[in-house]
Amino acid sequence: MKRRDFIHLSGMGLGALATSGLVMMGNPVSAEQLLEPGMDRAAKKVLADIALNAARSKGATYTDVRIGRYLSQNLFTREKNVQNISNSETFGVGIRVIANGTWGFSATSDVSPDGIKTCAETAVAIAKANSKLQTEPVVLAPEKGHGEVTWNTPIVTNPMEVPVKEKIDLLLQANNAAMENGAAFVNSAMFMINEQKYFASTDGSYIDQDIHRIYPTFSVTAVNKASGGFRSRQALSTPMGMGYEYLDCKDKDRILNPAGFISYNNSYDIVEDAISAAKQAKEKITAKSVEPGKYDLVLDPDHLGLTIHESVGHPLELDRVLGYEANYAGTSFATLDKWKAGDFKYGSDIVNIFADKTQDYSLGKTGYDDEGVKCKEWDLIKDGVLVNYQAIRDQVGILGGNESNGCAFADSWSSVQFQRMANVSLRPGKEKLGPADMIKDVEKGIYILGRGSFSIDQQRYNFQFGGTVFYEIKDGEIAGMLEDVAYQSNTQEFWNSCSQICDKDDYRFMGTFNDGKGQPSQSSAVSHGSSTTRFDGVNVINTGRNI
Amino acid sequence: MAFLTKEEAKKIIDKVLSYSKADEMEVSIFGGRTGNIRYARNTVNTSGETNEIRLSVSSVYGKKVGSSSTNELDDASLKKVVARAEEIAMLAPENPEYMPMLGPQTYPDAMTFSPATDKINPDFRAQLASDSIEITSTGDLTAAGYLEDFSGFVASGNSKGQFGYNTSTSVDFSVTVRTNDGKGSGYAIRDFNDVNLLSAKDVTSIAMQKAQASATAQAIEPGKYTVILEPTAAGDLLSLLTRGFDARSADEGRSFMSKKGGGTRLGEKLFDERVTITSDPTNSEIPLSPWDSDGLPRVKTTWVENGVVKNLAYSRYWAEKQGVAPLASVGGRGFGGGGYIFSGGDESIADMIKSTERGVLVTRFWYIRAVDPQTLLFTGLTRDGTFYIENGQIKFPVKNFRFNESPIIMLNNIESMGKPQRVGGSLIPPMKIRDFTFTSLSDAV
Repeated sequence: MKRRDFIHLSGMGLGALATSGLVMMGNPVSAEQLLEPGMDRAAKKVLADIALNAARSKGATYTDVRIGRYLSQNLFTREKNVQNISNSETFGVGIRVIANGTWGFSATSDVSPDGIKTCAETAVAIAKANSKLQTEPVVLAPEKGHGEVTWNTPIVTNPMEVPVKEKIDLLLQANNAAMENGAAFVNSAMFMINEQKYFASTDGSYIDQDIHRIYPTFSVTAVNKASGGFRSRQALSTPMGMGYEYLDCKDKDRILNPAGFISYNNSYDIVEDAISAAKQAKEKITAKSVEPGKYDLVLDPDHLGLTIHESVGHPLELDRVLGYEANYAGTSFATLDKWKAGDFKYGSDIVNIFADKTQDYSLGKTGYDDEGVKCKEWDLIKDGVLVNYQAIRDQVGILGGNESNGCAFADSWSSVQFQRMANVSLRPGKEKLGPADMIKDVEKGIYILGRGSFSIDQQRYNFQFGGTVFYEIKDGEIAGMLEDVAYQSNTQEFWNSCSQICDKDDYRFMGTFNDGKGQPSQSSAVSHGSSTTRFDGVNVINTGRNI
Repeated sequence: MAFLTKEEAKKIIDKVLSYSKADEMEVSIFGGRTGNIRYARNTVNTSGETNEIRLSVSSVYGKKVGSSSTNELDDASLKKVVARAEEIAMLAPENPEYMPMLGPQTYPDAMTFSPATDKINPDFRAQLASDSIEITSTGDLTAAGYLEDFSGFVASGNSKGQFGYNTSTSVDFSVTVRTNDGKGSGYAIRDFNDVNLLSAKDVTSIAMQKAQASATAQAIEPGKYTVILEPTAAGDLLSLLTRGFDARSADEGRSFMSKKGGGTRLGEKLFDERVTITSDPTNSEIPLSPWDSDGLPRVKTTWVENGVVKNLAYSRYWAEKQGVAPLASVGGRGFGGGGYIFSGGDESIADMIKSTERGVLVTRFWYIRAVDPQTLLFTGLTRDGTFYIENGQIKFPVKNFRFNESPIIMLNNIESMGKPQRVGGSLIPPMKIRDFTFTSLSDAV
């Protein structure tokens, strides 16, 4: 039994509170403690300098220090009941060094001068021990020190400041709305994260950042006991790099989609969506089962984001390309020779995909990454051709570059930072086009909204994606709901079948709150922007079975 | 301090319980060491060790629960953690599903601890990585592997007199070996409580053989095939089935165990009559912790016997609501966790190949995701060693397939089974299955 499972059993009588198998890794605290200020910035600088000096005196040629306070509040409800309210806080320091040309990392929750000094020395000792197996010394792309700087997620309302009761009431209101509209069950939840991260390095950076993310969501289930059928419909919300203002839905963010219900942009109405969800969950039970075959797919941004994530975001992570993830997530079909050739057609000419950590409201937006590099935007696919990867300071030299893309991330002070996906987004089409007009030109197609089942191979060639709701398109019209839909394709074939992209007015985010990578696994959050997009002649299978 | 004895833990718990003003209180202490080493491209890229101890308190007023925890075990910190839990509980909303705490329980003796695993240190981990890298780097191959080891204890007690203490160790080791031309890939994985059972060289050798043997993969048409699933591959799918042995979701009509017209499929024959699935906390190959996440003692349980569903897990809350006795689940709530024993057969993988006219041998599956919870349909892909069998012989390696299959259908299509082996904490046999559905090809290696 692994540590995580073992800890889970340590609370014997209160298992019922451990909703959804989530293990709270920090220390539980009161909601009020989430609002207490953390350690003073000047004090953090003093401690960081202790670490930098201690590592240097032991022979480190580079050191970075991350003093982090990670706060989270998670709320869980089910129908009329509150299942769990968890507030957690974790505070500590992670120190990374290069000694003998090799990385070493150590972390401690003892954030005292002595604790930090010992931790820095341990990091150097680990680097030296590992250097015996090192074949090539680490080379860092240069990064100018930024001096003492700060950056905050531009939020309007800190979600932690909103009373727990108000948030719970909103979730229960959504549950109630779903139940009144025919749901048999509804689970809803709200996840809120605040990372207070202080970074210092021997390059001369002292960076203080305050980062917020929020994710309200639900799952509504309809049951027909007579037929033994049940179907669920997930929320069409998406996690955002925003404050509680995400839940104050503005009219401009309500979008009447071609299927005739409301989708959302940069703010969300959870009660309204719960009503749609209940009606659609019931409709799904009796919806027409799809006839397998080739269809033109019209993919809503809240669905396409995950396809971008899996088929573009991950394969263009340089550490995967190089083999560092071979034993877990896998490697990549987008090998260096394809990039070097300069003409690898990843997609059709209209496919332009970029990475960034700068878009407003996105989960990836920060001022600086976790190795002190200022965040930026760069192209991955230009006019359909593969032009770049996502790389950090110790990788970018392999591509002949001397500037990191600024996408290093660690999910805690206790985790070592490594290359993580930035926001990876599809640029909108240049010509004026909305989803309704796009559908008018489709003879035989399926309009897909929301995320569903997703699976892709370890080099990111073959994938199969489902969705939340599916609508048949017949001769340019929406012809009713479909079920049992999944599309199977090959990444390059799929992106080359991209024939139309709606314009910037339809550009929206889909995000993932817990993207796993690495061993031990670390979680990160990332957004994917896109407009509704059409893909021609994609293979659709029927997933219905009788048991 | 990270590792307390039973007596030390009990003393602290009793002290903390004496500070309680709440209606009920539970105290638990977790302590232990987790270590890891990760290597890729034939060199170590991460290694670390964490020692931790945490005392958690849950205080209850009526049906209102508050929790708090601390890493410090001095008297002042312990008093503070109790006061904080009580304060949070008073402010918490009522949980209508809250069950009063259990009184004293009799837990089975666990065999989850191995002194050898407890002694693992950074030198041991580095040597293990070195052993694995050394044998691969001589053969135009590259290894990427990961070892995670754990040694720790949990102790838990409450104001109604319940007390339990358990020590546990584990090692999980996996390695992927790839040919340097990128055409072949092999994988092997093992997990044990006792590290003496683990040989990194042996595990790496299996991955090496698969990498070399899979390097000239050919494409064959997807479709329905007879498959021989090595225990790792069989375990990947069977673990998806056991998560559904839960009475509540079945009663609520949202599980493959739900019966048309209402109720559950308890007592129905859902699988081939050779399928028997049990759990036994005292099994020496896959020992389990003495209690489940409800605090109930684990007992030997038959879940499926000769294809018939015999038991579903009932949490204390759901058992009371349904008027039945509670029955401990096997894994931790929400986790696969292992702990199941799938009865097998006596056929070896070699025998299975010999008797196969046309089929596919599968090493493992990857990226498995639920497609339809109603039918338990899953999709995923083969990975790291897939081979075509014809007329009783392995003919050549084949490109990976995507499958769309339900373990329920699979367990009705059994041809034969072999001797169960430990996979992910369960005992899983190699299985020969007919009409397994591959829906497309993948170029991934």
